[in-house]
Amino acid sequence: MKELVVISGKGGTGKTSIVSSFAALANPAVLADCDVDAADLHLILDPTVVREENFSGGNRAEILQDRCTACGLCHELCRFDAIIPNASANGNPTYRVDPIACEGCGVCAHFCPEQAIDFSPAVNGKWFVSDTRFGPMVHAKLGIAEENSGKLVAHVRTHAKQIAQEKQMDLILIDGPPGTGCPVIASITGADLILAVTEPTLSGLHDLNRIFKLARHFDIPMLVCVNKWDLNPEITEKIELQARNNQVGVCGRIRYDRSVTEAQLKVQSVIEHGNSPAAEDIMKVWEKVSGKIRQN
Amino acid sequence: MKIAIASGKGGTGKTTVSANIAWTAASMGRRVAYLDCDVEEPNGHIFLNPHITDSRDVGHLIPQVDPDKCTACGKCSKICAFNAILCLADEVLVTPELCHSCGGCVRVCPEGAIQEVFRKAGRLDVGYSGQIRFAQGLLNIGEVMSPPVIKMVKEEGGDSEIVIIDAPPGTSCPVVETLRDSDAVILVTDATPFGLNDLKLAIEVTRVMNLTFAVVVNRADLGTREVFNYCDTEGIQILAEIPDDRRIAEAYSKGRMIVDTLPEYRPLFEKLLKSIEADLLHNERQNT
Repeated sequence: MKELVVISGKGGTGKTSIVSSFAALANPAVLADCDVDAADLHLILDPTVVREENFSGGNRAEILQDRCTACGLCHELCRFDAIIPNASANGNPTYRVDPIACEGCGVCAHFCPEQAIDFSPAVNGKWFVSDTRFGPMVHAKLGIAEENSGKLVAHVRTHAKQIAQEKQMDLILIDGPPGTGCPVIASITGADLILAVTEPTLSGLHDLNRIFKLARHFDIPMLVCVNKWDLNPEITEKIELQARNNQVGVCGRIRYDRSVTEAQLKVQSVIEHGNSPAAEDIMKVWEKVSGKIRQN
Repeated sequence: MKIAIASGKGGTGKTTVSANIAWTAASMGRRVAYLDCDVEEPNGHIFLNPHITDSRDVGHLIPQVDPDKCTACGKCSKICAFNAILCLADEVLVTPELCHSCGGCVRVCPEGAIQEVFRKAGRLDVGYSGQIRFAQGLLNIGEVMSPPVIKMVKEEGGDSEIVIIDAPPGTSCPVVETLRDSDAVILVTDATPFGLNDLKLAIEVTRVMNLTFAVVVNRADLGTREVFNYCDTEGIQILAEIPDDRRIAEAYSKGRMIVDTLPEYRPLFEKLLKSIEADLLHNERQNT
């Protein structure tokens, strides 16, 4: 079983449009949306949810007001400004926890002399197993302003692997998040191949350079493709040169094509939307990527 | 006045809007700062070409265990909610990247064997782009936690009257850290189904955080009218629409500012800045 993860560094370069097209071409594959902050793959794959579970990545503090003596130790110890004093009439403040600021470290609960702070598992989000027209899909929704996105990503991947094993499917396609931090690292560690999708802009190039370092840091093979390459052929060449200098393979160029947005509006992958320059280019990229992942 | 520019989805034009508002404000003689809080992939410097006057290491505190004092009692690893400190049979292992610097282990250690030491996780650059005060954070590759770096960037506004904060994409901890204490949030979206889906998530974040916000629609004529219908139904103000102009995409690709390369767009950004100050913040003051 192989895991292909599509990331980009910079956001909005076309990861999800490419993953949904790969899903149509690979059919069937297990699909995993690891952009748990702002998942979009479901907008194309239109999944039917068959299983829905709460996700708890950690605990959260809550002050039990009837036990609290307002000694203020929690306020003093909390390094995240998450213990908020309430104004009170007699000048002795009471305290409450700001759930958004709380990191879930539990220091307040541990040291409270009155055991007046509850520290129980928090629900940080939901995860789903669904059926789609291209295979089973595991996806998730991190709660708004929640912590632990990395853990939720790891959870999504573990489940996708389980399904692949049960159904004896040999490919998992992962739609990754933007950036280089916690959820990205959780998306790529131990994967078989990274496809970095970039765009021919100085920002795209700058961010891709950081992705080269990331792939090297975690020692994962990587390919690069330039989406909307004809917007700036000069920078496209620069990107491809940089890739080669970093011993990263170039697996094609995708033309700028309004049919990508049109397909999105019709809840279709670019491939299903019919013949178009972008569909033609994505098919060529897929040939290279699927060939490479079979070799690895 | 702190204005954060955010979006759920990446690539909708946060940096374009941030940099062009900062440039516009400076050209009107305002004291303005631009702070790039997308510390995983900061791009503002590409457009603002800042002259960096000061660069320093930023990071967080992690525990350092004195093996002579440690009795391997295990209390530190028990209190750590992040598995950053692990007590083995006769030694304690620290995984620095996982440490949230809560200080629990230091306080719980009965032997006083743990002290906190600074650990580098990134870099902070401060400087100027013309009259614009500039700061950006850069998280080191392989680091998972951006909030400590974001916190340091946010302290660099100086005495500017307008502080433009360029946020990372998403809806989780880095975004929350960036938006905290903002006077207003501008959510940048594009007129596609992905843009609308992620805009709704970003709106939820600003609502949970109780922040004043309004929307800018980029590539406004690209896909659908749905985003306009949605904002209309929800009573959400759209402060500006930027058209899907290939010349803007090309200027962006070369790292050029719209207001500089395509002066016909200057009034759009002047009006946007005016609406933020006049409508958005004024309404906010009236409501509170």
